[in-house]
Amino acid sequence: MNRTLFPVAALLAAALAFPAYAQKKYDPGASDTEIKIGNTNPYSGPASAYGAIGKSIAAYFRMLNERGGINGRKVRVISLDDGYSPPKTVELIRQLVEQEKVLCTHNTLGTATNTAIHKYMNAKKVPQLFVATGATKWNDPKGFHWTMGWQPNYQTEARIYAKHILQTKPNAKIAVLYQNDDYGKDYLKGFEDGLGAQAQKMIVAKASYEVSEPTVDSQILQLKSSGADVFFNITTPKFAAQAIRAAYDSGWKPTHYLNNVSNSVGSVLKPAGLEKAVGIITSAYVKDPTDKRWASDAGMKTWREFMAKYNPDGDTSDPFNVYGYTVAATLEQVLKQCGDTLTRENVMKQAASLKRFRVDTLLPGITISTSPNDYAPIEAMQLERFNGQQFELFGEVISNEQ
Amino acid sequence: MEAVLLQVLAGLATGSIYASLALALVMIYQATHLVNFAQGEMAMFATYIAWSLVNAGMGYWPAFLLTVLIAFVLGVLIERVVIRPVENAPVLAVVVVFIGLLVILNSIAGWIFSYTIKSFPSPFPAALGIRYMSPHQVGALLVTLLVLALLYVFFRFTPLGLAMRAAAQNPVSSRLVGIRVGWMLALGWGLAAAVGAIAGMMVAPIVYLDPNMMAGILLYAFAAALLGGIDSPGGAVVGGLVVGVLENLLGAFVIGNELKLVVALVLIVGVLLVRPSGFFGSVQVSRV
Amino acid sequence: MSNEKQGLRKIGTVPVFLTLVLLLVACVLPFVVSNYRTFQLTLVLVYAIALLGLNILTGYNGQISLGHGAFYAIGAYVAAMLMDQAGMPYWATIPIAGVVCLVVGFLFGLPALRLEGLYLALATFALAVSMPPILKAHFLEKWTGGVQGIVIVKPDPPAWLAAAGVKLNADQWLYYFVLAIALVLFVVGWNLISGRIGRALIAIRDHHTAAEAMGINTAIYKSLAFGVSAMYTGIAGALGAIAVQFVAPDSFTVFLSITFLVGIVVGGLASLSGALYGALFIQFVPNIADELSKAAPWAVFGVFLIAFVYLMPTGVAGALRVLLSRRRGGKLLQPKEAVP
Repeated sequence: MNRTLFPVAALLAAALAFPAYAQKKYDPGASDTEIKIGNTNPYSGPASAYGAIGKSIAAYFRMLNERGGINGRKVRVISLDDGYSPPKTVELIRQLVEQEKVLCTHNTLGTATNTAIHKYMNAKKVPQLFVATGATKWNDPKGFHWTMGWQPNYQTEARIYAKHILQTKPNAKIAVLYQNDDYGKDYLKGFEDGLGAQAQKMIVAKASYEVSEPTVDSQILQLKSSGADVFFNITTPKFAAQAIRAAYDSGWKPTHYLNNVSNSVGSVLKPAGLEKAVGIITSAYVKDPTDKRWASDAGMKTWREFMAKYNPDGDTSDPFNVYGYTVAATLEQVLKQCGDTLTRENVMKQAASLKRFRVDTLLPGITISTSPNDYAPIEAMQLERFNGQQFELFGEVISNEQ
Repeated sequence: MEAVLLQVLAGLATGSIYASLALALVMIYQATHLVNFAQGEMAMFATYIAWSLVNAGMGYWPAFLLTVLIAFVLGVLIERVVIRPVENAPVLAVVVVFIGLLVILNSIAGWIFSYTIKSFPSPFPAALGIRYMSPHQVGALLVTLLVLALLYVFFRFTPLGLAMRAAAQNPVSSRLVGIRVGWMLALGWGLAAAVGAIAGMMVAPIVYLDPNMMAGILLYAFAAALLGGIDSPGGAVVGGLVVGVLENLLGAFVIGNELKLVVALVLIVGVLLVRPSGFFGSVQVSRV
Repeated sequence: MSNEKQGLRKIGTVPVFLTLVLLLVACVLPFVVSNYRTFQLTLVLVYAIALLGLNILTGYNGQISLGHGAFYAIGAYVAAMLMDQAGMPYWATIPIAGVVCLVVGFLFGLPALRLEGLYLALATFALAVSMPPILKAHFLEKWTGGVQGIVIVKPDPPAWLAAAGVKLNADQWLYYFVLAIALVLFVVGWNLISGRIGRALIAIRDHHTAAEAMGINTAIYKSLAFGVSAMYTGIAGALGAIAVQFVAPDSFTVFLSITFLVGIVVGGLASLSGALYGALFIQFVPNIADELSKAAPWAVFGVFLIAFVYLMPTGVAGALRVLLSRRRGGKLLQPKEAVP
């Protein structure tokens, strides 16, 4: 820098910095020393498996605070157990917003639970950030300014598979297994939309199951006897493993599409039997902690160190722990961008202006972008196929970003 | 026609899952005249013990036997420590203690072993498989029948088994003839826990091991036990198989998957309305 | 069973005084505590009504139910559907929800007449398990909203109240609304239980055959108990839906029914006040458990549960009864146990 200009530049910088300093603005939940974040997760009850996400988010911010926090402020995550029950979520969210006075909520988990608080959060104008559900309704900036999703939505993902089937197997006869709830039906809808006019003809069998059922063996036999040669498997991990094994054991050899929810090598394919999972097509956006591809990957190495140090009770084969880490990192970025203007409006504004943000636990090529008209942070996924040992990415990163 | 046969065989396989837990329910009922709602969670917990033993390098059968033994001891302990203090409390208070046990075991299993599903080994050789059933499904069915036979012999022909039945049916008279009723109850809990552990180890390879493994199965087992007759081990097995097959046929051919459980339950309750003691249960007579 | 009647008469001035104080506190509370606490207390009242309903059936009549969550769900859905589809005002949906549940409960009670103990437990358990799939069923989707459920609007305080110069916010208004209904239902329940009907119900519970021999029409009374019980719980469901502003099949799993059963046992079987204690327990103890342990909140909850049963096998109400009569130096009133 030119020497004569230096004082001028310094003055200018100071002048620029000063207003920013003067503009230090806070809403409830933020102060010079602390930012309070609310979260609900099922730590008890039948959906407790998801609790791993809440725990890894809390661990992430523990790590962050140890390293000095965000812009000098510590982040305090208050995470409460709603047992996956919508009425309980309503109560706890009111506790977080009205009693604890959190700045925003983050990654509250479940579709029904988030639906229950959707209206309330928007009436109260409290950011309901990065909800942990793939329903499509979270991307509605006009109707619900204060709510934002995070993961690719179920319908988009299903459409990607539909497109792939139309391209590679236009005469396919398709069988679908789905969980009989909002998650399963959302996938099914996206899939049928994706097939378009062909849907009626191509889908030859559909079978649903309830989470309370012990096995899906009967459903697999039903689908097999339809003579389908393509199988779209919309199931949660336990049922996915059962379905993969049952399909293989029954001698049914369809082209098998598996939803992203259950594409973990360690906690789904391995229990099912790796040899039974060969050829499965799925799509991904985060790295699978049990996939050998990422054994020496730098991003995953950092993640493993994080797990060892801050979340030692967590299961390192559980993809939910990668999910929690990644979504927490996204919030960190938003809060960083907020600077000293920690108002709810600004949190929302910054959340809606992420530009190709990357966390190293995301697959290569996947970035997080949002805008005031685009409340869908991750919209890209990549198809991959299982070779008996690990998944192999193929094709390009498919993005719905418009 | 082949589709029907397939569904029936798959129904028998799932039915044997229900049957094995139903057996444990019948066991505890024989000993205490109560239905233990925590039976499924106890079985799940025992299966985690077996899983840990196998993972620590123990062979399957030694681990199997050791688990059954541990489960037996734990069952006795639970009766002595947790149930004994509420012996004289109202029945529903005891039921609430069962519910307390259920949530404790479920939560602790999740805490220790995490909620990700684990595969559990099957000990049965491939030769056991038949055309439409996997070796494990056939093996599990055989083990269930074997346990049934053992229980039958135990309760029919051994002094201990007879004493246990007597203690449950008429504690006062049993005490008079010198049966230690308190210990009989504890033994009953131990045996039920042991049978439950076997059920868990037979179920886990099919549905995968996780803390909620038994939550869904409990209702089916309960229905099966009542359908067969709550005081009849043979009835529990038949009941389990009937429920498994019924549900599959309803789902595949009659009502669809969405409502198959609802219709199956309506049918079961309907049968019980007509035949309150189930297929093989003894008729209860009460005195004024 | 004149004992019960005497027991109620014997209540005397102290409990009446206490009840009045409690009532006064209940009326003042919303102005003292935050809106969020008011909302929690509203839920407590809602649960108390539901537990009262279950207690009429299980506590007083000795019929076990593991399925009252289903009636709660029906009440909630009736209210939500009427508000959402028919545009009915929230207060009008309450009696309809009550009547619907009365009829459904009565009809369910008819076959249940032949079932006792474990068999009734299974039948009601089956009802609880069947409710979510039925609510999701595609042929009802048009009305129930299927898996998505129904979002409803929170009622504002009525205009006449503001015109009269009383300023309440939505939470406070809803609290008083629920409190008023709860009071009515508790008074009706008290009359029911302490009168001829109550004596018949208790006689049937304590000795079915003997009651029949005495000329009590057990069939009618038992199905009626089912109907009235379901009506109470259904009204609670409707109020709960309005308070939470959302219904979905996931809100009414079998755990809700089990929670209710836990509530009446911990609160005290065959006790009106027990419903309130039970409601406080099921509302607040899970929150405490969660605060104590994130790793295994259910384990903490289970320990609480077992500890309560150990310390107070006849529930909080039973323990208080014993305490009170000891204070008075009187003979211990043996709290009766309900045997299903």
